[in-house]
Amino acid sequence: MAAISFRNVVKRYGSGKQANQVIHGVNAEIAKGEFIVIVGPSGCGKSTLLRMVAGLEEISGGEIAIGDRVVNELEPAERDIAMVFQNYALYPHMSVFENMAYGLKIRKLPAAEIKARVDKAAAILELGHLLERKPRQLSGGQRQRVAMGRAIVRQPQVFLFDEPLSNLDAKLRAQTRLEIQKLHRELGITSLFVTHDQVEAMTLAQRMIVMNAGNMEQFGTPEEVYHRPASTFVASFIGSPPMNLLKDAQGGRVGTITGIRPEHLDVGDSGWEVRTETVEMLGAERLIYGRLNGEQIIVRVAENERAPAADEVIRVKPREDRLHWFDAGSGKRI
Amino acid sequence: MIERNRFLSILTHLVLILGVLVVAFPVYVTFVASTHSMEDVVTVPMPLTPGSHLIENYRVALAGERAGTGTHAAVSRMMTVSLVMALAIALGKIAISLLSAFAVVYFRFPFRKACFWAIFITLMLPVEVRIGPTYKVVSDLGMLNSYAGLAVPLIASATATFLYRQFFLTVPEELVEAARMDGAGPMRFFKDVLLPLSATSTAALFVIQFIYGWNQYLWPLLITTEERMYPVVLGIKQMISSGGDAQTEWNIVMATAMLAMIPPALVVLLMQKWFVKGLVDSEK
Repeated sequence: MAAISFRNVVKRYGSGKQANQVIHGVNAEIAKGEFIVIVGPSGCGKSTLLRMVAGLEEISGGEIAIGDRVVNELEPAERDIAMVFQNYALYPHMSVFENMAYGLKIRKLPAAEIKARVDKAAAILELGHLLERKPRQLSGGQRQRVAMGRAIVRQPQVFLFDEPLSNLDAKLRAQTRLEIQKLHRELGITSLFVTHDQVEAMTLAQRMIVMNAGNMEQFGTPEEVYHRPASTFVASFIGSPPMNLLKDAQGGRVGTITGIRPEHLDVGDSGWEVRTETVEMLGAERLIYGRLNGEQIIVRVAENERAPAADEVIRVKPREDRLHWFDAGSGKRI
Repeated sequence: MIERNRFLSILTHLVLILGVLVVAFPVYVTFVASTHSMEDVVTVPMPLTPGSHLIENYRVALAGERAGTGTHAAVSRMMTVSLVMALAIALGKIAISLLSAFAVVYFRFPFRKACFWAIFITLMLPVEVRIGPTYKVVSDLGMLNSYAGLAVPLIASATATFLYRQFFLTVPEELVEAARMDGAGPMRFFKDVLLPLSATSTAALFVIQFIYGWNQYLWPLLITTEERMYPVVLGIKQMISSGGDAQTEWNIVMATAMLAMIPPALVVLLMQKWFVKGLVDSEK
């Protein structure tokens, strides 16, 4: 277990005038044993950041430290980390056992020790009966577990996960999410987990880093990120449906954007006048899509409330303590 | 043909059988000729049923004990020379191509592209085109009448390098990264991951290159002047006297031809299993 520090980390491709900067100075301190999720839309630099920790991408500026060692100049194998890849990257010609043992074999561990470690990891991941199989004889979920097993046997300081769940179907993904949480509770190893899926991020993270266009927008617990988004980007990226962001809501000051989550609007006799457009039934709740002064607004109501017809004018009242204010220019929280 | 039609299946079989006959008949004639005495072979028409001199002819050929004109080298020696040459060419080509493709695909070094194109351009220069300068080099190095002289100039291969390059490009980038995380250095990755993955391509290449090496004629013709270094394909030609049919012992020549056919046929038959295995469970 080790802490990880990002100190003004910069990544650029190319040099001189053609240089294309993709990470613009990330600063973060991750404590020992924390489970951190890095989340953001595709192309925001989250995978690049992870690969810089792994040593698969060079660090163009700043430092990354694992424990008290700055790892900028270290080879991936010397960083005492293990990574789970998106496509698992299992060696196709090796059996499950050999796949998990390969890294240990290179480190010249005694055969008995290798066997003990692999058997232990296999037991945790319920892979014991599959050790002789080749990866192509395994299902997607089993391959995923082998990839995790390969990381576990290394007993590293840090686990790195690069979208490991994105190739699984929805049901398996939810199940694996729980397994990863359980694993983290048992092993307590510092983990960095990259995903573009905000549900994954919210459910797995102890703290999460929200990235946008190479910048760290917010670093906090899921509750903080959800209830006190640092910018309009975070407000609209986290939460489904996203937070309503209104340029000229009543009560808003000039030059500010008013934010309110769909579940913090109550339909009643007073408040904002909203002309409804469509209503979606989601089972336990309904989403009412409408327009407020020409801007789109979404209201979430319980399924037992009355569903308004299309093109009806309803009144919604925001809960005052749930309103957010953002600067219209920078998008930052006020 | 999916539909079951009696007439069509008879027709297709007829065509197939005809094709087999066209290919097999000359081989059969060669075999028959190798089982007769010299007098029987030169009679017109030549008998088309096997004769009684089979064992004697093959023994004479292998031991090089015949009486007629042309070379008297033993075919057993020729076969050994051919085998060594073909193996050296096939294995040498595979070794060099694997390593050069590995370098071109996985390492960033100055003029990498230029190196690749230099290799690629030699595809346009087969042995025959560069045979004059190559001969000069080999003779200046004193490699005439040696195994090295027979094999080395034929080893450099753009085709095989290109094939391995294309294969390496299909190996997922993540596999390389996983190996780096596991602490495998470049040669370790090459040995533990790339070699096993390209085993089926290697088997295919081995067959093709073995036959290519075995069938070399022009190059050995140029650089071997001593009978002890004749490969068998060249040896057959040297047994046929240029003075006319009379002195040529066709039965022995045909026996030698049959013997020369055996090793390539064996290689194809034995390696066929590998092809099928490679096709059925492609490991990628």
